[in-house]
Amino acid sequence: MTDDEVETALREELHKIAPDMEIEDIDPLGDLREEFDIDSMDFLNLVSALSKRLGLPMPEEDYDEMGSYNAMFAYLKAHSG
Amino acid sequence: MAEFLMPSLGADMEAGTLVEWLKKPGDPVKRGEIIAVVETQKGAIEVECFEDGILDTYLIDLGTKVPVGTPLAMIRKEGEPSAAPRAAAPEPAAAAPAPGQEKPAEPAAEKPVSKPQPAAPAAPSVAAATPPGRLRITPAARRLAAEKGVDPATLTGSGPDGAIQLADVEAAEAGAAAPKAAPEPPKTTGGFNMDAMRDAIAAAMARSKRDIPHYYMSHRSDLTNAEAFIAERNAGKPPEERILIAALFVKAVAKALKKYKEFNGHYENGVFEQGESAHIGMAINIRGGGLVAPAIHDAQDLDLDAVMEKTRDLVARVRAGRFRAKELSDPTITVSSLGDRGVEAMFPIIYPPQVAIVGIGVPVVRPWVVDDTVVPRSTVTLTLAADHRVSDGHRGGLFLSAIDKNLQEPGKL
Repeated sequence: MTDDEVETALREELHKIAPDMEIEDIDPLGDLREEFDIDSMDFLNLVSALSKRLGLPMPEEDYDEMGSYNAMFAYLKAHSG
Repeated sequence: MAEFLMPSLGADMEAGTLVEWLKKPGDPVKRGEIIAVVETQKGAIEVECFEDGILDTYLIDLGTKVPVGTPLAMIRKEGEPSAAPRAAAPEPAAAAPAPGQEKPAEPAAEKPVSKPQPAAPAAPSVAAATPPGRLRITPAARRLAAEKGVDPATLTGSGPDGAIQLADVEAAEAGAAAPKAAPEPPKTTGGFNMDAMRDAIAAAMARSKRDIPHYYMSHRSDLTNAEAFIAERNAGKPPEERILIAALFVKAVAKALKKYKEFNGHYENGVFEQGESAHIGMAINIRGGGLVAPAIHDAQDLDLDAVMEKTRDLVARVRAGRFRAKELSDPTITVSSLGDRGVEAMFPIIYPPQVAIVGIGVPVVRPWVVDDTVVPRSTVTLTLAADHRVSDGHRGGLFLSAIDKNLQEPGKL
């Protein structure tokens, strides 16, 4: 999977959960939940969607590595090979 | 024959607008099935039917705003003859008992009876009964046209057989009004009218602050066991099978209500009516502002997975701006959780006619004494606002402390 495909997946799934947010307007290093104003249920739904779409387990103990937009992108890239 | 009514979705609702029928006349309907969608201050609400039967006739046109309690449609029992369409003249043959009917019908002289109608298009009676040469237009459309000064003869109907419907008049009126200053469209987010929602919240909360003598309690609870339980429970599970700690909070409250029943129910007209079951309202915030608190029904009988599944479903439907009438009207207590962002304590306001609301702050790590040693522990501040007309602080304290105890033994929830 290319970097572009991973980023497209992340952008599309984030847009489904926070349709009112523009990726360009957020701080890619800021707290993902703060930047997109998403709660724990939204975050779980985001992880569920990305996990299915990219075929990754994304276990709970890895949540710390998904703290910002950039961190999430790096995590997905590293694990989707 | 039973009436299907515009439901009341709380003390602050006076009227609603019928926006969609999901069943046609002649369709079988089951108790609990969604048969209509109404637009209220709280967004689009799916309204369920309260009995089994067959949808007989529509009584209200789409787009009509009617007060709470207004009949929207008639529902007949299986085998019961259909009521005559309002405008159609009963044919002589129609007086015969409907096929498959065991009991004889009521005398035709008293009540015109016709054969059960097959699925009929919307507003069939009016359009079909209009003599040739006359304009086909529904009564509501005719009324609105007169009100707005629109000549119906200039309109093209979009209804069955070209009948002019309410929407056609509205469209014409909107078109005529367009050159003038266009009204500012209502601010909507995800299907919600935010201004109307703010009004609804303001009305309910003002009433609460005016009528309910609140008292407040606060208690800090150690979350170590609960968090360990969740981590272990979710390990190795795909995301869609994981549960959130919010499900534990709901169960902990439901279990405590079994003993502290005076916090579960409604206070109306000077009388407290205890809830037979714990229908726990989950306060869910809406992107862009506002919140709703639809119910997780019979939370005491659900296991954690079921509570989680219901929560997930409610959040998804709140995000989509669509939930069911019953969910909004019948919570017997509310749980308001800040989740994992914000501050550690909240002092919530009771949603009338309920008598209590439990607040759950953001979990924070705090120094905690365990076996005479200070250790860092993940903790959460639980708060209670309760109605002094129904309970006192002594019982309130015991109720809050019971929730804490339940959180210490998550395996038993």
